[in-house]
Amino acid sequence: MKLAEVRKPVAIKTGAAQKLLAFASLILLVVFFSLSSPNFFRFDNLIGIMLSTAVIGVLALGSTFVIITGGIDLSVGTVMTFASVMTGVVITFWGLPIPLGIAGGILTGALCGFISGWLVAKMNIPPFIATLGMMMVTKGLSLVVSGTKPIYFNDTPAFAKLAMGTVLKVPYAVFIFFGLAVIASIVLSKTIIGRYNFALGSNEEATRLSGVNVTFWKIIIYVITGAFAGIAGIMMASRLNSAQPALGSGYELEAIAAVVIGGTSLSGGQGSILGTVIGALIMSVLTNGLRILSVPQEWQVVIVGIVVIGAVYADILRRRKK
Amino acid sequence: MSQILVSMDGISKQFPGVLALDQCRFELQAGEVHALVGENGAGKSTMMKILTGVYTKDEGRIVYKGKEVEIANTKAAQSMGIGIIHQELQLMPDLTVAQNIFIGREPRAALPLFLNDKELNERTKILFRQMNLNLDPRTLVSELTVAKQQMVEIAKALSYKSGVLIMDEPTAALTNAEIDELFRMIGQLKEQGVGIVYISHRMEELKRITDRITVMRDGCYVDTVRTDAVSVDEIIAMMVGRQIYSVSKPSISAGTKQAKVLEVRGLNRGSAVKDVSFHLNKGEIVGFAGLMGAGRTEVARAIFGADRIDSGEIIVNGRKASIKAPKDAVRYGIGYLSEDRKRYGLLVDMDVKTNISIASYRSFRSSAGWMKQAGMERNAEAYVESLKIKTPSIDQRVKFLSGGNQQKVVIGKWLTRDCQILMIDEPTRGIDVGAKSEIYKLLDELVRQGKSIIMISSELPEILRMSHRIVVMCEGRITGELSSEEATQESIMKYATMRAGEIAK
Ligand SMILES: Nc1ncnc2c1ncn2[C@@H]1O[C@H](COP(=O)(O)OP(=O)(O)OP(=O)(O)O)[C@@H](O)[C@H]1O
Ligand SMILES: [Mg+2]
Repeated sequence: MKLAEVRKPVAIKTGAAQKLLAFASLILLVVFFSLSSPNFFRFDNLIGIMLSTAVIGVLALGSTFVIITGGIDLSVGTVMTFASVMTGVVITFWGLPIPLGIAGGILTGALCGFISGWLVAKMNIPPFIATLGMMMVTKGLSLVVSGTKPIYFNDTPAFAKLAMGTVLKVPYAVFIFFGLAVIASIVLSKTIIGRYNFALGSNEEATRLSGVNVTFWKIIIYVITGAFAGIAGIMMASRLNSAQPALGSGYELEAIAAVVIGGTSLSGGQGSILGTVIGALIMSVLTNGLRILSVPQEWQVVIVGIVVIGAVYADILRRRKK
Repeated sequence: MSQILVSMDGISKQFPGVLALDQCRFELQAGEVHALVGENGAGKSTMMKILTGVYTKDEGRIVYKGKEVEIANTKAAQSMGIGIIHQELQLMPDLTVAQNIFIGREPRAALPLFLNDKELNERTKILFRQMNLNLDPRTLVSELTVAKQQMVEIAKALSYKSGVLIMDEPTAALTNAEIDELFRMIGQLKEQGVGIVYISHRMEELKRITDRITVMRDGCYVDTVRTDAVSVDEIIAMMVGRQIYSVSKPSISAGTKQAKVLEVRGLNRGSAVKDVSFHLNKGEIVGFAGLMGAGRTEVARAIFGADRIDSGEIIVNGRKASIKAPKDAVRYGIGYLSEDRKRYGLLVDMDVKTNISIASYRSFRSSAGWMKQAGMERNAEAYVESLKIKTPSIDQRVKFLSGGNQQKVVIGKWLTRDCQILMIDEPTRGIDVGAKSEIYKLLDELVRQGKSIIMISSELPEILRMSHRIVVMCEGRITGELSSEEATQESIMKYATMRAGEIAK
C-alpha cells in the first residue's frame, strides 16, 4: 500500500523568506530616514551610502563563501590592508604599470586565502584560529612592508580613478561592487564551487564520503574569500589615493555582520549573495541615517550592534515557527 | 556460473582501544545477495567501510574482479564500481534531493565549472521512476522524513550503477511498502549480475532475499553458509556463539488497572496530529502502532514539549500539566527516546559516560555544585554492563560506537533519569537479536517497578509481544485501540490503513 506522506507545507523557500524580511527592513529604514530628514533621500547622499557600502560590501561578498561552509575568516580586514599596501609597493615603489599593481593586490589576497584554507583544510586548524593568526600576521606585514607609513599614489593619478571615476555621477566603486555581487551570485548558484560550498556547510563528512575532494574545494573557497579581500584593498587604496597600513582592523566584523543580517547561517549550509548585499546596505543606511539625524557616533555603534542581534533573532524566530 | 567479484582475506583493523576486525574474510559473487550478520559491534560496518575506502585496513588483502587492489579512499571505491548505503544516513540536509544524489558527479554545462541543473533534475526523475518513488527532485532533504531520506540514500547508491552494492541496514526506517519496493529492485539488480551485500538484524528479511550468509562475531569471521541450508535459530546461535538460544519472550506483568498516570485529551498539531486522546495507566505498556508517518512520533514529541501544540490537554497524575519545553516534561517525570538518535538523542562528540548522565546531572551534583564523578562513572559502568554496550571504556566518544550500541547509550540515559513515564520511539531499531531481548526484559522490569511506557514501534511482532494495550494511528488520527488479547497483525493493519472518514464507530 502507498501511504500519504505527512509533510509540512512549505509556502516559501527558507532563504527567500529571510531575504524578503531583510529587504523589507531595508525599505522600512529608507522610508523612516526619508521621513525624518529631508537630507536623507537626496541623490548625493544615496550615492554616498552606496560608496561607503562598496568596500565593506566586497569584503562581505567574499566572507559569504567561507561562512556558508560553516567556517569563518577573521583576516579579511587586514588582508584587505595588506593587499592595498602590496598594490602600493608594485605601483609606487617599483613604478610598475597599474594593471600589474591590481594583479599584485588580488594575488596577495588570494595567497593569504590559500594559506588560511590550507591551514584549515589540510592541517585541520579550526578556521577561527587559523584566520585569527592570519589576521595578526597580515596586520604586522602591512606595517613592515610599508615602513609603517602610508604609500601614496601621487605619480599615478589614473589609479584614484579606479574607484572614484564616475559615470552619471556614480563612482566606479559602486559598479564594481554590484558587478562583483552578480559574479559571486552566479558562482554560488550555478557552478560546482557553489554546490560544494553548500554541501560542505551542510554535512562535510557526507560530502567527503561521496567522493568529493573536500580539502581541495575548501582551499578554493578560502582563496575566493581572500581574492575578494584583495579587490576590496585595491578599491580602498584607490578611494584614499593611498595605502594606509594601519587601517582595516575591525572591517572583518562589519563584513560578518552584513553577511549575518543577510540571513546567512553561521553554522553553514545556508545563505545567499543577495542577502549579503541587502545586509551590507542595511548597515550603511543605518550608519548614514543616524549620522544625518545627528545621533552621536558612540550611540550609532550601539544601535548597529542591537540591529545585528535583532536581525539574527528574527531569523531564529522564523525558523522555529516552521 | 558464479564469478567471484570481491574476496577479502585476513582483514584486520585496529581502532584506539578496540580491535574491530581480526583476520576477517568475506567473499561476494556476481548476482548474489550476501548477508552479513552479527551482533552490535561485531564489525560488519567496519568491514564494509574498508571495502569502500572509508577506512584503510591494517592487514589483509582485497581481490576485486581477479586483481588485488588497494582502496585508498571513497572516490577510488566509487570509480571501481563499489557503492554503499551507510548505516548512519550521510546526506546534506540543505541541498535538494537531486543535488544529494549526484554530489561529486554533477552534470556540467558547456562552460567550465558551470552546472546543468536541468539535466540533474531530469536524471533524478528518471531514477525515481525506475524506483516507483514519488518525490520531487527539488525538495530539500531537510524537509523529508527519515524513511524518505533513506530512500534517497538508496537512490543515490543505485545511481552509481555499481557492480557491487553494499546496504548497511537499509530497511531500519522503511515502511513495509517501501521494503517491498527495495526488495523488488534488489531482485532486478541481481539479475543484472550485481553483487549485493546486505546487512540487517531482521532475520525474516535474510530468509526472504539472501542467497548466502556470512556470520561475524567480535571482529572475527565465523562461517559462511547457504541461506536455504540453515534455520534462523542456527544463524542466531552462530552470531551469539551459544548453542541453546531462543529469542526469549518476557512475560508481561499483568497491566495493573489502577491510576491513570498520563491522559491526553484532544491533542492537535498542524496536520500531523489530529484530535488525539488516550491514557496510560501505571505499570502499563501502551504500544503505538501505525505506518511510518502516521504521526506517532509527532504525538510523542508534542507530549514531551519538543514541538509546540496547537491545542489539547496533557494530564499527569490527575493534574493538568503545562509542558512548554522538554525540561518541563522531564520535571513531570516524562522521558523520550528519540527514533533519530544521532540528531536528537546523542552528543556524538562526547563520551559514553557523559551521554548516559546528561539528563540527570542534578542527581550527580553535590550541594556545593561539583559533579560527582565517581557516581557518574559507577552509573555508566552499570548500564554498559546491563545493556551490554560494546565499548572499550565509558570514556569512549559515542561517535566511535557501532550504530546499535549508540542506541543502547540513549536508552541508558533515560533509564538513569528514572522517569515515571517513558516514551520510547522504535526501541530496537538497528539492535541485534540478543540485545533486543535484553531490552524487552528491561522494559518488562521497568513496568514491574511501576513505571509506565509508551512504545512506538513499526515492528508488529514487537508491538504484539510487549504491549498491554495497542493504540493504532493513521494520518495523524487514532483509528483504533485494541487490548493485547484481541490484537492480531491483521487487525492492527486494518486500523493502520484506515483513512479519515472510514473510522469505525
Ligand atoms: N572510528 C572508530 N573509532 C573507534 N572505534 C570504532 C570506530 N568505528 C567502529 N569502532 C568500533 O569497532 C567495532 C565494530 O563496529 P562496527 O560499526 O563495524 O559494528 P557493526 O557490526 O556494524 O554493529 P551494528 O550492528 O551495531 O551496526 C565496535 O566495537 C565499534 O565501537
Ligand atoms: Mg553497523
